[in-house]
Parts: sequence; C-alpha cells; structure tokens
Amino acid sequence: MAGFRKVKEFVIEKLIFASGIASIIFVALIFIFLLSEGVSVLKSTSLGAFLGGRFWYPISDPPKLGILPLILGSLLVTAGAIVLAVPLGIGAAFYIADVAPAKIRSLLKSGVEVLAAIPSVVLGFLGITLLVPFLKHTLGLPTGLTALAGSIMLAFMALPTIITIAEDAINAVPREYKEGALALGATHWQTLTRVIIYGAMPGIIAASMLGIGRVIGETMAVMMVTGNAAVIPTSLLQPVRTLTATIAAEMGEAAKGSPHYFALFAVGLVLFLISFLINLTADLFLNRGKKR
Amino acid sequence: MSAKIKVERLNLWYGAFHALIDVGLSVREKAITSLIGPSGCGKSTLLRCLNRMNDLIDDVRIEGSVRIDGQDIYAGTSAPTALRKKVGMVFQRPNPFPLSVYENIAFGPKVHHLAKADEMDDIVEDSLKAVHLWDELKDRLDENALALSLEQKQRLCIARLAAVRSEVLLMDEPCSALDPLATLRIEELMRYLRSDYTILIVTHNMQQAARVSDDTGFMLLGELIEFGRTTDIFTRPQDKRTEDYITGRFG
Repeated sequence: MAGFRKVKEFVIEKLIFASGIASIIFVALIFIFLLSEGVSVLKSTSLGAFLGGRFWYPISDPPKLGILPLILGSLLVTAGAIVLAVPLGIGAAFYIADVAPAKIRSLLKSGVEVLAAIPSVVLGFLGITLLVPFLKHTLGLPTGLTALAGSIMLAFMALPTIITIAEDAINAVPREYKEGALALGATHWQTLTRVIIYGAMPGIIAASMLGIGRVIGETMAVMMVTGNAAVIPTSLLQPVRTLTATIAAEMGEAAKGSPHYFALFAVGLVLFLISFLINLTADLFLNRGKKR
Repeated sequence: MSAKIKVERLNLWYGAFHALIDVGLSVREKAITSLIGPSGCGKSTLLRCLNRMNDLIDDVRIEGSVRIDGQDIYAGTSAPTALRKKVGMVFQRPNPFPLSVYENIAFGPKVHHLAKADEMDDIVEDSLKAVHLWDELKDRLDENALALSLEQKQRLCIARLAAVRSEVLLMDEPCSALDPLATLRIEELMRYLRSDYTILIVTHNMQQAARVSDDTGFMLLGELIEFGRTTDIFTRPQDKRTEDYITGRFG
C-alpha cells in the first residue's frame, strides 16, 4: 500500500513538473521558430533597410520590405489608445476601489468583466459600423478608417486590463494609510492623491504596461477600422497599418519561402520583442510592489 | 482642571448591534485618561467617536452628545476634517505613509495649509524634537519612513500630530506592536507630552493604565462601568465587575 502511494506521489509530481515546464518549452520553441524563419529576411534585405525602410511593397519586383511605416503605425495607434485608456482606466479603478458605494461597485465590476469578454472582432464590427462613420462625419474626413478609430477601439480593449489590475493595486494599499491620512484631517481626495496613489504606484504602472501589451498585440479590431494603408503616418486622422494587421492580412497570400513570407515572420519577431519588453517592465514593477 | 471632552448619554449601533450603551464621561484637560476592558467591550469604538472615525463605517448610528471645548462635534455645522486636526489619533499598528520621514510630517500642515514652504523645515524639526526623534533622524529625513523601526514609526506618527498642533491625542493601543522596552519609552513620552496635550489611551494592558494614566474608565459589553482617578479604580474599585477584572478574575 505504502509503495503504491509512493509511486502515485512520484507520478503526480512528475506530471505537474511536466505541465509547468511545458509552457516554457513552448515559448522557447515558438521563439526559435520565429527567429529562424524571421532571420531569413536578411537574405533579401539588410537589417537597416528592413527596420528603417519607408516602403512596404512586398509583391513588387524586387520586393520593398521596409517596415518603418508599420512600426510607426503600431506605435501611433498604441500611443493614442494609451492616452485614452490609461487616465480613464486609472480613474475608473480609483472610483471602483475607493469611492463607489457597494452596489455601484459590484455593478461596475461586472460591467468591466463583460467588456473584457467582448470578442475583439465584435468590437471591430461595432467600430466599422458606428465609430468610423461617426468620425468621418464629425471631423469631416475623407474616410473614417483612421489611426484614431483604431486607438479608440483599442482603448476599449485595454480598459478591462488596466482597471482590474490597477484596482487590485489600490485595494492592496494597506487600510492603515487611508485611516492615518483621514485621521489627520485630510479629505478623501487628499488621501487619494497624496497617500494612496504612492502605495499603489508600482501596480498602477504595471497595469498601464499590461494595457499597452494588450493593445500592441491586438489585431482584429485594428485591422477592421484603421484603413491599412502602409504609409508613414503624420497624424491620427489618417489611415495606418499596424504590424499585427500586416501579418494577419498577408500571411495567407505569401508564398512559403518567399522574401515576403520571411519578412512577415520578421515582423512577428519584432512584435514578439516589443511585447516581451513591455511585459518584462510590467513584471519588474509588480515585483517591486510586492517586495514592500 | 476643566473638562476638555464631555460625553453624555452616548449610544452607538453597528447595524442592529448596540455597541455603546449610555456612555458618559468627562476627560480632563492635559491629563492622561485610560480606557480598559476586555476585547470587544467598546473602548476603541468610544475612542473613534471622539474624532468621528466611526463615520467611515457603513451602517453606523450614533446618538447622544460629545462636546470638545463645549462644541458638539456631531452638530451639523462642524467639519470632521477640522475636528480630526484638533483631535489626532495614534493607531495600534504604526501607520506612517509610504513617503519620506520629512513628507510624513509635512503631510498634515500641507493639507491644512498651516505653513508656508519656508516654515516647513522648522515644523518638521520641532515636531520630531517633540517626540525625541530629531537626533536619531535628522540625517535621515529623506529616507522612506517604512524603513524605520516600529518604535520610531510610532513616534513619527505622534510627531505628525504635533505638526498640525493637535490638542487631543487618541491612542488606540499604541504599544501593542512594540517590545517591552519600547513600550516603556513610549509611556515616558506620553508623560512628557501630557503638559501640552489631553491624552486618551485605550489599552489591554492594565499595568500600563496604572503606570501612565491619571484617570481610568473600565468598560464592559458597551457600558462604562466605572470611571474615576486611576489610583481609586485600581485600589478601591466600587463595582464588583471592575474589581474582578483588575484582579485578573476574567478578561
């Protein structure tokens, strides 16, 4: 009996170990595959021309494989989304965590969860039928398919991440800080802006970083509303194409083994590195918050 | 000596739970008054009525009157922020803010607009001197207050009150997180502060009440059973329940 139990323990332990290690192995494999396929782009273009090239004409002859417009497109849409989502998200997190009465709080929390549950293609669909015509008419643009439309859609998608994590960070601020400030005669607002925000800061920064990570990797909604013109953007009110949308739109048509095919992998690699850096930064802040 | 705080027929309910029952007492100015009693007897609740911290709890109902310097603090006109500046609180667990030592002290004067920027250095110095921390911390003013020892943190919390010129110090088991030597040093500080402040202390520790306080109140199940000079309460208690508690028969 004891022997059987020992074997069982052993097997279970190894199974758990295997499932733990599996995710790391998968990430490593994905990275290696991306790297090996992506690096092959250097056969048809130089690194400088790839990252800094102003023209993305993958099927012209010879192909022009400059992804600068795509990088700038992604950054512009992301920056716009962050400018919208971060203040709104942090404000909402403070309201939910510290101001709202219990009933409104639970209502808002389920609202945020529902927002997180909306598939991005549905949001994109709403964007294309409501937001895009709205922007076109109110701003008098030739087309509503703009970076701004993408930013607004992505802000919606980043909000649940930002609100949830920032709210956790605010709730994790020890109650004693709040009591101490109030007992000194500070108002609720002074307590929030001068004490609680310092306790919650690492978590709030991490929330924003994870929101950015969510935004930069998003594809569907962005592809539907940004117009997908691979030109270097000069304003939020013109069509742009993002890194993600490029891969999604063109992968099906790129001939396997062609420069275009490898270039798309390299775009994926760039995206992977950007997301990785963002998540790493967020992790640093989250851990710093825990240590204190 | 005159009464700084006068509590009359104070009743408090948390929802349906009657936590304070017809409590009345007067607290002498510039004296130390201690409240003793077993856990859950309402002594902390009573303390938190005096700076309206109970207002922060949902579903609380308070009746009766609390007068500080003759002013009813629950009357419609008085603002809790002004009250809490005058009636400061020291908590069971030292709770400095996650800011520098300097900013911890400067917080109160800033929110109450008490000082110009060039006066702040003096306020910080005076406040730290008042709690005998200046010599230890004068070179560490920019350090995060969370790095201090527990005793230093608790002194810093008292210094924060000195900085807003509180008149009353409410201390809710201020030594329960401290070791015995630190406890004695905080008690010494309380006796030193007595010449400037009216101090109320809630304590589990009967010896502490006997050591530091001038007046003592004994509470049980939401009622103030007995209130009087500390020497009288500890040597000639009038009520059988007080006697049982202080002689250690229960509690």
